[in-house]
Amino acid sequence: MFTIVKREEMANGTVVLNEIEAPLIAKKAKPGQFVILKATETGERIPLTMADTDPQKGTVTIIYMVVGKSTALFKSLKVGDGYLDVIGPLGKPTHLENVGNVVCVGGGTGVAVLHPITRGLKQVGNNVISIIGARNKGLLILEEQMKAASHKLYVCTDDGSYGHHGFVTDVLKDVLTKNDIKLVVGIGPVPMMKFVCKMTKDFNVKTLVSLNPIMIDGTGMCGGCRVSIGGKTQFACVDGPEFDGHQVDFDELMLRLQAYTEDEKASHDEYCNLKKEKA
Amino acid sequence: MAETTEKKEKIPRQPMPEQAAKVRAKNFEEVPTGYSPEVAMIEAKRCLQCKKPACVDGCPVGVDIPGFIGHIRDGKFEQAISLIWKRNGLPAVCGRVCPQELQCEGQCIIGKKGEPVAIGNLERFAADFARKSGECELPVKAEPTGKKVAVVGSGPSGLTVAGDLALKGHEVTIFEAFHKPGGVLVYGIPEFRLPKEIVFAEVEGLENLGVKLECNAVVGRTVSLDELFEQGYDAIFLGVGAGLPTFLNIPGENLIGILSANEYLTRSNLMKAYLFPKYDTPVVRGKNVITLGAGNVAMDAARTALRLGAQSSRIVYRRSRQEVPARGAEVHHAEEEGVEFHFLTSPVEFKGNEKGRVTGMVGLKMELGEPDSSGRRRPVAIKGSEFELECDLAIIAVGAGANPLLTQSTKELELNKWGYIVADEATGKTSKKGVWAGGDIVTGSATVILAMGAGRQAADSIHDYLTRGW
Repeated sequence: MFTIVKREEMANGTVVLNEIEAPLIAKKAKPGQFVILKATETGERIPLTMADTDPQKGTVTIIYMVVGKSTALFKSLKVGDGYLDVIGPLGKPTHLENVGNVVCVGGGTGVAVLHPITRGLKQVGNNVISIIGARNKGLLILEEQMKAASHKLYVCTDDGSYGHHGFVTDVLKDVLTKNDIKLVVGIGPVPMMKFVCKMTKDFNVKTLVSLNPIMIDGTGMCGGCRVSIGGKTQFACVDGPEFDGHQVDFDELMLRLQAYTEDEKASHDEYCNLKKEKA
Repeated sequence: MAETTEKKEKIPRQPMPEQAAKVRAKNFEEVPTGYSPEVAMIEAKRCLQCKKPACVDGCPVGVDIPGFIGHIRDGKFEQAISLIWKRNGLPAVCGRVCPQELQCEGQCIIGKKGEPVAIGNLERFAADFARKSGECELPVKAEPTGKKVAVVGSGPSGLTVAGDLALKGHEVTIFEAFHKPGGVLVYGIPEFRLPKEIVFAEVEGLENLGVKLECNAVVGRTVSLDELFEQGYDAIFLGVGAGLPTFLNIPGENLIGILSANEYLTRSNLMKAYLFPKYDTPVVRGKNVITLGAGNVAMDAARTALRLGAQSSRIVYRRSRQEVPARGAEVHHAEEEGVEFHFLTSPVEFKGNEKGRVTGMVGLKMELGEPDSSGRRRPVAIKGSEFELECDLAIIAVGAGANPLLTQSTKELELNKWGYIVADEATGKTSKKGVWAGGDIVTGSATVILAMGAGRQAADSIHDYLTRGW
């Protein structure tokens, strides 16, 4: 078992942080890589990009949004409980290089994945401007951490309840116009990444995105995570999860993420009913 | 002598009892139900007990076939299984999935005139008897040698290496990337052909011999080969399989409802999606299912689709019935259950709806032309013969390639042009010192027993190395 040593709820309980004992993975993991977690014998294998690792302590941290049965089950785990299976580190690490001015754009729980990459880009000498956003103030995560990992941080909310009133792309446009930006990293909901890439393409700025399609093994065996990159099929688990955002077919990815929507809902409903009955 | 031979030939080959086709096509229970002790003893009487048994030559791991059949004939079932175990650590698996018709049974002398002895069924009987009764002796282990061996992958080759080397007194640890051991026996072969309980029992047998098992260990990611050597392993065996799905590269292939056979079977078998929502992993349940390809994996997929509620399950294959690579028994079982075959049909394109879900496949009729490099007649497209087959699930089962995850991260391993590991045919030695390889990652997709044969050879060579040097 992989024991949970720390647990935090964020964004009004819709997002959960777990720090998990996994010394072998913690020793090897680099920013941008992911793990696959399975809570119970009957559980699903869920891929999540790591939000942090501590090689000394031997732990990895994941931050996830509660969206269906599997994440609801994850949320029910307390400190001292554990995951039955944690596999990793999987995928290619982010290529961290000093290119000058970079912008890190994060939305929703994508900010959790963006944080170690932002920190890494700053560590290798880049001037890092970050833009993070959420639907409203309550759903915003890791603001302090992102501030520390960047030279400058902009915050946006869709409803204007905090920071800039509007989307991350509004601020991004302004930043791209006023600065000589060499690289943009955009991680968040697929529509956000799509629009970030649309904009950076107009400015002709290289853009990296991190994709999280449906996956089973995470080792290139099943092809469930295939994405179209520049018209060619690639596997997010071994060829990614990071790709050149200007080459990604986001519309196809959005459709493919809907493959099991009905099953997922049925499964989640059943889980919630069972929980209610028990209570 | 002639008289006894005549008497023996009078006993017909004992049929394997099976679930009726209509019943079994709706459940995941095993199709053949196994011989009773009485039937097994009758079948065993058919064996001529040849002095120079051709069947043994046909067995990649050299099981003493007349020997164990003689014990079954005499009702000494424990002795039968003990004898098999001397050469084969996975008899319950091999009795079920080996292509006996091409191996032991294909060589059986009474098969020249009539039907061969049902060696596979008898092997299965002995193994199942031992598992159910629990009455059998563990093979004797040699004194500990103090040498450590890492086995990467817990499929048929890895399990064989682990068993052989543990018996020779070495300390063996198996590293498995998935959360359960068994490799293709667990993620690939469906429950109705090989119940998982049997695989786990065989793995447990190895653990009883002292073999350690580390699941969730992706060698190449979680730990590298050099790190394993640093941790004190003296030798490493790579049996990672050919786990890279081949796609068709035709338009529409990324529509929802088009899955590689690897994904479809892994969801259903390893993740138990057939028990969804009791198990959390779902799988696309098609009403009209098309499976592309006609190997054993394609038969497994098409038959699984029926069990998951398909109204029609069709195999689409670009060559003719003659070239079908699946075992005859698998094709027979599939047809009995209602799988339809569309031969000489090549997929051209998939069609989908506005939700991105597959709705049909455009096929092209083929005819057979001149033989190609494989010696089989090359299918040639008939111009203008396009037609559409409706489907809401398409499974791509046209083979697998070499998964590069491990080999990419280990530079000293020599690979061939397809990415398979180059290993010595007789010993399994690779270009990296202290590292052996065998099974599908060397040969490309083959059978369980061939992988076991490669494991056996590698184990002998590793033992040699550990006791005498490289």
